Amino acid sequence: MGSKWILEYAWLIAFLPFLAFAIIGLYLHRWPKISAYLSIASIGISSLLALGTAFAVFSTKEGVVYEAAMRWLDMPGLRVDMGMLLDPLAAVMLMVVTVVALLVQIYSLGYMHDEPGLASYYAYQSLFAGSMLGLVLANNFGQLYVFWELVGVCSYFLIGFWFGRNSAKEAAKKAFITNRVGDFAFLLGILFLQLLFGSLNYGSLATALEGYNHPATLLIVALLLFGGSIGKSAQFPLHVWLPDAMEGPTPVSALIHAATMVAAGVYLIARAFFIFSSSSEAMLIIAVVGGFTALFAASIALVLNDIKRILAYSTLSQLGYMIMAMGTGAMSASMFHLMTHAFFKSLLFLAAGSVIHALANEQDIFKMGNLYHKMPVTAGAFIVGALSLSGIPPLSGFWSKDEILAGALGSGHIILYLLGLMVALMTAFYMFRLVFVVFFGSNQAEGNPHESPWIMTAPLAILAGVSVVAGLPGSPLMKYAFGHYINTPAALHVQPGLLTMILSTLFALAGIGLAWAMYQQKLLEPRLLVGKVPKLYKLLINRYYIDEFYAWLVARVVDKSAAWLFWADINIVNRLVNNIAFFTGRSGETLRYTEDGQVQSYALYMLGGIVVILAAALYLSDVI
Amino acid sequence: MLSNLPVLSLTLFMPIIGALIIIFLPKEEIRPIKYIAATSTFISLALSILIYIAYDRSLGGMQFIEHIPWIADLGVSYALGVDGISIPLMLLTNLIGFSAVYASWKVAERIKEFFILLLILISGVMGTFLTTDLFIFFLFYEVVVIPIYLLVIMWGSSKRVSKEYAGMKLTIYLLIGSAFLLTGIIALFIKAYSISGVPSMDIAALAGLEFPVGFQIFTFAFMALGFGTLLSMFPFHAWSPDGYAGAPTAVSMIHAGVLKKIGGYGLIRIGIYILPLGAQYIAPLIAVLAIGNIVYAAMICLSQKDLKYIVGYSSVSHMGYVLIGIAALNLVSLNGAVIMMFAHGVMAALFFAMIGNLYEKSHTRNVDDFGGLAHQMPRLASGFMLAGLASLGLPGLVNFIGEFTIFIGAFKEYRILTIIAVLGIVLTAVYILRTLGDVLFGPRREEWDELQDLQGPELVPLIVLGSVIILGGVYPLDIMSLINSGVEQIVMQVGLTNIQATILTGGSF
Amino acid sequence: MPSLSHYLLLAAVLFGIGVYGVLSRRNVIAVLMSVELMLNAVNINFIAVMKFVPSDRHVGQVFALFVIVVAAAEVAVGLALIIAMYRHKKSVNLNDFNLLKW
Repeated sequence: MGSKWILEYAWLIAFLPFLAFAIIGLYLHRWPKISAYLSIASIGISSLLALGTAFAVFSTKEGVVYEAAMRWLDMPGLRVDMGMLLDPLAAVMLMVVTVVALLVQIYSLGYMHDEPGLASYYAYQSLFAGSMLGLVLANNFGQLYVFWELVGVCSYFLIGFWFGRNSAKEAAKKAFITNRVGDFAFLLGILFLQLLFGSLNYGSLATALEGYNHPATLLIVALLLFGGSIGKSAQFPLHVWLPDAMEGPTPVSALIHAATMVAAGVYLIARAFFIFSSSSEAMLIIAVVGGFTALFAASIALVLNDIKRILAYSTLSQLGYMIMAMGTGAMSASMFHLMTHAFFKSLLFLAAGSVIHALANEQDIFKMGNLYHKMPVTAGAFIVGALSLSGIPPLSGFWSKDEILAGALGSGHIILYLLGLMVALMTAFYMFRLVFVVFFGSNQAEGNPHESPWIMTAPLAILAGVSVVAGLPGSPLMKYAFGHYINTPAALHVQPGLLTMILSTLFALAGIGLAWAMYQQKLLEPRLLVGKVPKLYKLLINRYYIDEFYAWLVARVVDKSAAWLFWADINIVNRLVNNIAFFTGRSGETLRYTEDGQVQSYALYMLGGIVVILAAALYLSDVI
Repeated sequence: MLSNLPVLSLTLFMPIIGALIIIFLPKEEIRPIKYIAATSTFISLALSILIYIAYDRSLGGMQFIEHIPWIADLGVSYALGVDGISIPLMLLTNLIGFSAVYASWKVAERIKEFFILLLILISGVMGTFLTTDLFIFFLFYEVVVIPIYLLVIMWGSSKRVSKEYAGMKLTIYLLIGSAFLLTGIIALFIKAYSISGVPSMDIAALAGLEFPVGFQIFTFAFMALGFGTLLSMFPFHAWSPDGYAGAPTAVSMIHAGVLKKIGGYGLIRIGIYILPLGAQYIAPLIAVLAIGNIVYAAMICLSQKDLKYIVGYSSVSHMGYVLIGIAALNLVSLNGAVIMMFAHGVMAALFFAMIGNLYEKSHTRNVDDFGGLAHQMPRLASGFMLAGLASLGLPGLVNFIGEFTIFIGAFKEYRILTIIAVLGIVLTAVYILRTLGDVLFGPRREEWDELQDLQGPELVPLIVLGSVIILGGVYPLDIMSLINSGVEQIVMQVGLTNIQATILTGGSF
Repeated sequence: MPSLSHYLLLAAVLFGIGVYGVLSRRNVIAVLMSVELMLNAVNINFIAVMKFVPSDRHVGQVFALFVIVVAAAEVAVGLALIIAMYRHKKSVNLNDFNLLKW
């Protein structure tokens, strides 16, 4: 019991980065270096606290659950708290977020060292860390939504960090607006919850839901909430913002658009699993959306040339994997994958950043080559990440991916299982296509690339180490401890059998082998393959024309109708009013000719008036 | 201590006293004129903050009451008092009034006349929120119209429409609104006289009477037309974008910030409070029109290129939230409507202050003329950003509190309409981010290199209004408890059935 | 013996003639004279009513005297105005004076 006291102070985990943000924003923006150190110090303390919290939460066999809250918005009929709900789920997320954020912020010291806006960069980083941790700690949907939007706006600022570029400006805008579309549904879901159950607190909702028997309503609520996930976790059809978000600095992509923020959608489903799991139709839809996104994004990643975009589509695909796992009920497997993915994907992004940094912002993989000898640490780290992502045992990705596949199989979704295997093959292929071309390829990069400074490689090394071991808690070696703690009664937990493991490993190895054959040994010329299916290639390289479709929708439908409405406002609503004014004016114009300036005519009018009034008075006095 | 002084009268007449002093200054004394304007509005601001703090929430009801009989035959008395609804709006008036003085620091011509009219305008608007007498309410409302007209046609700017047109349109709409209002007030007075036999213009006394249903519906319809016009309710909104575009910065700030809110305040304080049955009958229609405001105006924003038109139409759109909050007629939604009025006021004033500043320096308001201004003017950019994010309802800023509360409240009464209303958050994000992106971000444009960033007095609106936006958003508990104390009292006294149901079932934790 | 109606009728006729003169004559002096007719019609009314309605106070007569005095003053002012007008336009025809319009 000795370590429980730390739980009462867990709110500091989210509060410290906010404090750092406020201090930087108000006082320190002229001193970029001090701002950076302050930001790193705050997230550093937060990560220590998070570790302590996790230690306390996992100190008992069942896992400790601790809840505390203060009122934030309070009136009869609506109450939103700022609270914290500490349980194994939150503890894992707290650890992941603080550790990755800390490493990314340290790495940024090297990556962004000559950036003029360094102070604001760290201010946004702190704001993001605070918001993300607040989101994780939330004990009710109101608070969740508040921080949900805040991480969105941080993402907006950081994608548009180099605001001088038009592409960054557009990407930031697109990210925010696309997320807003998802949030529209999410907010409606929250409104429904408040209306139906009169509370937004997870615990009270779970209790209230037990006796609730109205499947159609539950389906609607679950799907509306899932809308938020679709936006934030960039699932089809709202995935378009994530690849463009790569316009931001690479450490940002690593932290926000790979490891933490985009996983918030998955976290939401895990948190509200009691709602989702009570509607089997919703679960099926979630699984299908996730599975489709996984396949769809992986297919695009096969043909791209931009190193960050390949990783972005890979993120999409892996998020689809997690969402699919949620849909099949394998909540713990999904969260496990979220954790391992956070580590190895941020590792991949940071390593890619190191490459881009060394090559003066070159991002085309075919303009890179043979970097293994020039940047051994970066290359080693990247390969560890790629192996982990491909699911090669005993790296972390292997354990989590297998659990997802086993979950799909165990819940009877054979098609999703096959789809998952297919995606695993594709993932291994595109990752090692990248590895072979960039680190072992024969193309020569321009300039003289050399290894990045230690401040960048140290986080890489740490993350690589974590990526290797992060799978252990979910492996037989630690008796599936992860699945033991992160579980709800409604969730399905299937431990992968030996056959599943061997099969998925074989698929991954096949992918790697294919990449090796095509891009290292040149046994199979990629160009010939493209020539065989030119239409498919065109479809893939244009990302299924979905961005074009949205652009058309906005320009042709939304903007056109906006212009039409404005026309109507000026020419109908306004003209109506102006016509009334015009009529008044015109009547005056006409009547003024009765005013001829002759006093005698005026007197005559007065006389007429008097006569009329007299007559009326006489008549009325008779009537009344 | 506060209760012994006529605090409200002091707050109310401080700007007028300032104006009186300025009248006796020679017009060349520019600096004293500005300092007196700033000081008098600052005193009002300080007093209203004091009132905000000193108001006893556990007691509720009208406090700081002042009462001097004036026209006995009509039951009119100079009566002041504030409760949880009027305090935020009084505070809002003074926040914006103070900022508006600084936003007009660079006014170049007829400085003396400008500040005199501005100060009268501020007092006039404040009076409508402070009084508890229907006649005085109307009187102050009429006091507002004249300075507005003069300020627009003399110091305004002509773009799509000329400033004379804009001023005339604004004034005519305001007067049409007041004509409906006057009819309603006279009808109320006569009916109340025939029921109670005592002439009275006291709002609370009128609310204590039970008017027949038919009369309530009829009179509330008039009130709704009058106040709705003032609040730019669709389709009576046409004055708003043109008016703001033509008006000088300070007038746009006060007009969009506070004057519009007289409409919403009147609907709650006079409409719902005195005529609850009429309100219930007409409310669904108002809710439908509110959707017109939200979606229609937001769509039009998408096609606008003039910054002031964007904010003008956007304020029409935001008033839709207030209207649907009022139309839902329950405690939560009315709370939301009040905080939304406050939040929108601060946000719109900040937006107009920033636009005015930019226009003053660049002489254009066309979005396409700008780009990458964050390079040259980082402070202005953060002001724009703050106002924009507040406008699209970002949590952590006070506007979110309003939107969220209104949605929760309105969803209880109008399912479909609220769903359409929530669509507004997407459209708002689209036009706000487009505008901000095109003005502030993108490559540096050399032609704006000589523009000066905000400095000295220009920073005052940003600091004052910006900190209120953030404070209210981060810590809404305090102001919401104040508002709730006011709304709850009205709601309980009026005794709308659905409201009591809300209080009983809601709030479970 | 003439009744009150006779007097009132006389006054009405006189007043009508005055109104007709004011409205139709173009000569300013004639208009002024017509105004005097109207005033006198009112005087007849005052006195006639006083004669037929019993009252111990002579309010009607007093008022008639007042009117006569004021009419005298008015003629003085009116003629002065007419002279001023004549000096200005060299005319006393009302058709030449139509400044009072839009």
